[in-house]
Amino acid sequence: MKPASFRYVRPNSVAEVCEVLAAEPDARIIAGGQTLTPMLAMRLARPSVLVDIHRIGELIGISRVDGAVVIRSATRQVDALHSAIIDEDLPLLAKALPWVGHPPTRTRGTVGGSIANADPSAEIGLVAVTLDAEIVLADGEDEEVVLAEDFFIGPMLTVASPSACLTEVRFPRRPDGRLGVGFQEISSRKSDFAFASAAAQLVLDADGACSELRVGVGGVGDVPLKLDAEALCGTRLADAEIRDFAVAAMADVETVGDLHASEAYRRRAGAALIAKAIIEARQGALNTGSSGGRNVG
Amino acid sequence: MNAVESKTKFVSTDRRVREDRRFVVGRGRYVADIDLPGMLHVALVAAQHPAARIVSIDASRALALPGVHKVLTGAELVEAVNPLMNGLETPQVRRFPLAVGQVRYAGEWVAAVVADTRALAEDAAERVKVEYEKLGFVIDAEEAYTPQSTPVHPEHGSNVLLDKTFVWGEVERHFAEADQQLSFRVVWGRNSTVPIETFGVVASWDPWQEVLDVWASIQMPKYSDQIARSLRLPGNSIRVHQDVDVGGSYGVKRGIKHSVLVGHLARALGRPVRLIEDRLENMRAGDAHGPERIFDVDVAFNADGIVRSMKMRALDNVGAYAGRAPFQLGKPIGAIVGPYKIESVQYQAISVTTNKTVQEAVRGFGQAPTNYAIETAIDRVAETLGLDRIEIRRRNFIRHDEFPYLIPSGSTYDSGDYHTVVDKVLAHAGYDDLVAERDRLRAEGMLAGIGIAACLEPSGGNSSFEPLLNDKNTTSTWMDSCRIMVDALGTVTATVHTTSSGQGHETLVATVVGEVLQIDPDLIRIVRPDTLSSLPSNSPVGSRMAIMLGGAAFKAAEKVKAKMVAIAAHAMGVPIETANYVDGTVRTADGREMAWEAIVNMAHRQFHALPEGMDPGLASDHIMQVPTGVQLPKDDKVQMYPCHSFEFHLILVAIDPLLGKPEIRRYVIGHDCGTVINPHIVRGMTLGGIAHGLGAALLEEFAYDAEGQLLTQSFMDYLLPSSHEVPDVEIVHHCTPSPLTVLGQKGSGESGYLGSPAAISGAINDAVRPLGIHFTRLPMRISAISDAIAEAGPTMTQEEI
Amino acid sequence: MSVELKVNGRAVTVDVEPRTTLLDCVRDELGLKGTHAGCEHGVCGACTVLLDGQPTRSCLMFAVQADGYEITTIEGVAPQAGELDVIQDAFCEAHGLQCGFCTSGMILAARSLLEREASPTVEDIREAISGNICRCTGYGQIIEAIQLAAERMRGQNAPASPSLSRTEAVR
Repeated sequence: MKPASFRYVRPNSVAEVCEVLAAEPDARIIAGGQTLTPMLAMRLARPSVLVDIHRIGELIGISRVDGAVVIRSATRQVDALHSAIIDEDLPLLAKALPWVGHPPTRTRGTVGGSIANADPSAEIGLVAVTLDAEIVLADGEDEEVVLAEDFFIGPMLTVASPSACLTEVRFPRRPDGRLGVGFQEISSRKSDFAFASAAAQLVLDADGACSELRVGVGGVGDVPLKLDAEALCGTRLADAEIRDFAVAAMADVETVGDLHASEAYRRRAGAALIAKAIIEARQGALNTGSSGGRNVG
Repeated sequence: MNAVESKTKFVSTDRRVREDRRFVVGRGRYVADIDLPGMLHVALVAAQHPAARIVSIDASRALALPGVHKVLTGAELVEAVNPLMNGLETPQVRRFPLAVGQVRYAGEWVAAVVADTRALAEDAAERVKVEYEKLGFVIDAEEAYTPQSTPVHPEHGSNVLLDKTFVWGEVERHFAEADQQLSFRVVWGRNSTVPIETFGVVASWDPWQEVLDVWASIQMPKYSDQIARSLRLPGNSIRVHQDVDVGGSYGVKRGIKHSVLVGHLARALGRPVRLIEDRLENMRAGDAHGPERIFDVDVAFNADGIVRSMKMRALDNVGAYAGRAPFQLGKPIGAIVGPYKIESVQYQAISVTTNKTVQEAVRGFGQAPTNYAIETAIDRVAETLGLDRIEIRRRNFIRHDEFPYLIPSGSTYDSGDYHTVVDKVLAHAGYDDLVAERDRLRAEGMLAGIGIAACLEPSGGNSSFEPLLNDKNTTSTWMDSCRIMVDALGTVTATVHTTSSGQGHETLVATVVGEVLQIDPDLIRIVRPDTLSSLPSNSPVGSRMAIMLGGAAFKAAEKVKAKMVAIAAHAMGVPIETANYVDGTVRTADGREMAWEAIVNMAHRQFHALPEGMDPGLASDHIMQVPTGVQLPKDDKVQMYPCHSFEFHLILVAIDPLLGKPEIRRYVIGHDCGTVINPHIVRGMTLGGIAHGLGAALLEEFAYDAEGQLLTQSFMDYLLPSSHEVPDVEIVHHCTPSPLTVLGQKGSGESGYLGSPAAISGAINDAVRPLGIHFTRLPMRISAISDAIAEAGPTMTQEEI
Repeated sequence: MSVELKVNGRAVTVDVEPRTTLLDCVRDELGLKGTHAGCEHGVCGACTVLLDGQPTRSCLMFAVQADGYEITTIEGVAPQAGELDVIQDAFCEAHGLQCGFCTSGMILAARSLLEREASPTVEDIREAISGNICRCTGYGQIIEAIQLAAERMRGQNAPASPSLSRTEAVR
């Protein structure tokens, strides 16, 4: 299981990356390589040249910019996992990151790589969609900003052109108030790709009613999906309401079936996990007390 | 037989496993670590279709690449080698390392490419153009069993390799007399042992000595004989280096086809050649899949739960070629009634070919699937009668005072104390609390169940299934051997005449020899000579090495000891009977003594001082026959293996009814393998076997689609249990020594795996019993569990999130 | 391509094709055979090495990417010939292995864990080795070995020195 031959370049800047990509239609970017390298090994991917971005300084780092948390694309997942900024300002992502791969894949795998790879069961992509993150692409001289929901168009397929380099992901910072987040996932083995996963972030008002709710579901179809949770806003998020919402939400979702999990299973598990994630988020918000604050559950 | 030692100095003590030291520093020596000057590398061209005629093979573009030395096809190879051996008399099921004329499963090797590097060989393999004409194929075993199915081997005439019905005892009478009967079908999915190291082999031919040197990741009885036969070489032209560490096997590392291929290439090219399977080659064409078996079982039983008789039809899908795999239907005959006093059995063993990857020996050699069927039968009887599943087992168990116990199919069980093991497990686990915990989980809205499995591990691996299933086969021995040498400086070296794949044979031999000679086992050197320097061995299969290698080492050491006593007694002028061997020194009744060094010196240098007629030097060997292995089968009955270890699994499983994922909340196993020689090793085997069985029960399957393509050919889809999936396991020990072995030991290499699939299945079925569901197929994927629950109880779908 | 690597504290220059994985490079170019190829597609963890102290699958990285990192393979763990480090010794003590094929990766994964967490819980240990598949042991004795190593590294229990000297007289 050895890759077909390729050339290897390691540009020093995004501009150089774009130059190579523009000149070489069969070039592929490698960042952490945790998904691409197995595909190379099995010769399912056969780039002419591998463009290594994993040490480009301008592509690494996590920062607060205006109301967003900006994660540069080659930031390693392990660094995101240990980031105080993410812990404080992106609690939903903080909750999802331990589910990404295993420790040894997180040490190499990158945040941008996970997004660009567009596996429908990937946790980071689900959080991006759920939170309306913006994905920034550099293509030659151009910079393009795409809403996460619009970025993913199919399994391992995105709107990014082959000449584009994903440079950063801008996640909206957590809202103030009594915030709670929930992340749930099911797979055969804990570290496998999820058959279904669900993310929820919500804010309770002083009376305990839900003033804001974001919900997403992953793994069940071709792309991670953001769900319309308007119906639950203004309610007190009773368990029964949440369950009805979850079942109704999944009723419209086109699920996929394979050897490991049937279409019906993904629908059922999706609904169950959506409900569990919202309940988890609600409990987290309730536990913060009525004063708000950042001690999210 | 020898009396069991009443007190041991090293056996059963908490000693380190000596092999571990080299592995923790990365200094194991595996086949992929063998680097020979000028060595070439092999990659394989794999068939795209489950069945197709090979119209043509064009290797010109491959051979045009610099550094590519050879593209070998089946058509060329078949002229140079004999077909690989079959266990059954199926001469028209011809098998060669490469497909000849026709491919019979997707992934089968069509051509071998030899190049300077493995990467280059893969580049070239992509350039080999094979033209196929697709043929009809068969994937399903029941379909293959029908006369109208497309034969995988047209020359053989059908897909049936074996269809033999045994009747032991008065089956029909017992069925007629019994109060009730029940029938069921269970299916054991196609899984395997899937070691983390793939199979690999390196061969080098010396034309001047006419010796083929072979290094391989092998666990195969009579390996070098089979290579020699196929390569048409004298047996003493094959030198297998047995000091290669094997990175896991658990049965499957048989690699004859790989070795014949590489041996042929090494001779043809005059260069060392190596083939290390990559994971894809290993999964789809390493020919190492395990049993895939459909069981149809009828049980006749009385109202009190006593099982009178059983009819079992076992239909096994061996894949595209025969090999040794059909024998895996034969070995379980030696424990076909499990630990129960079932008076009579009818057993129909059917082996069919299909267009799937070839099956190989897997841990337990067919016993784990059979145990799953037997334990399902006992659970079903209990369910039908509304009896407690443990109570019904107690009622049917062979009692401690009934051993040795002859079962209907001709094997005598050596010893056991099943009731006591169960009592100890229940006491350890706090059975009432476990039941209360299950009921508490159920009250919380979870599905929860208790799983129980009581299983035998036949051990001491004889090959009596060979003559039983093939009357042209007259094998009645499956010996193993050990040689001990005490050098002139007094240090001791002992031999192991096979490879090891983690079983700790060096520790075994050192411990046993140390015990007999009463010297520190850590000071004994253990070596593995090559096969040309070795005594006969049949490799570590069939849970046999504690019994057979341990036995041979014990007896060889006794011979050394006896010689030392004879020398010293003679030197000190006392009768042998009055000389006493203590910690390496021989003492006389009147208080004199002769020390180890002096005796050794006398043996090596002072022939004049030796007793008359004694040969000089201090060495001995012992070739050990399997205890009880003395007769060929008679009337379709045979003594299969000599010893019978026992295990009793008790587990608690909880399942979220929507998500369907079984979580093992408690796992307790009672284990009785007689005298334990090294507690660490036995514990490791048991824990590892349970994990392996968990994979078979829940995760692992070589699954095929309707087009005959293997869906699970990488570790992305073939799911091995990780540290997250395997629960903590509590082991409750019991020791019922075997009367047939030197120390009372029995086998333990297959333990855990033989019962955990049955126990996990039992627990999940207990959990869903309130819903009226039975899960009858392994693996039980979480999706299938959840889907069945949803179908059975739609009302609960949204109640229990 | 020429690549300068730092492996087990030693600087080496190798000339490899870009497609050569770090795994194949350490095995074939540097002769460090203790790093094992199990699946070559990033699942089994047998090829684990440490990169700047962090466990990394060497089959999922190309040698040309690896310059500038401190690479540690299993051969770099023992303090000197014939002397085990605490984790290695604990694996021997608890028999946290059988065939040894996954062991190098397990020990390096354990080392990384114990360097950042002196008192790991069983769950921490399970998570740390969850990317390393062992087919022999069922993980029980591996977990015990890592617990034992942690305990010893915390200084609560001095490592036993294994008496494997062969210089004593045979008695």
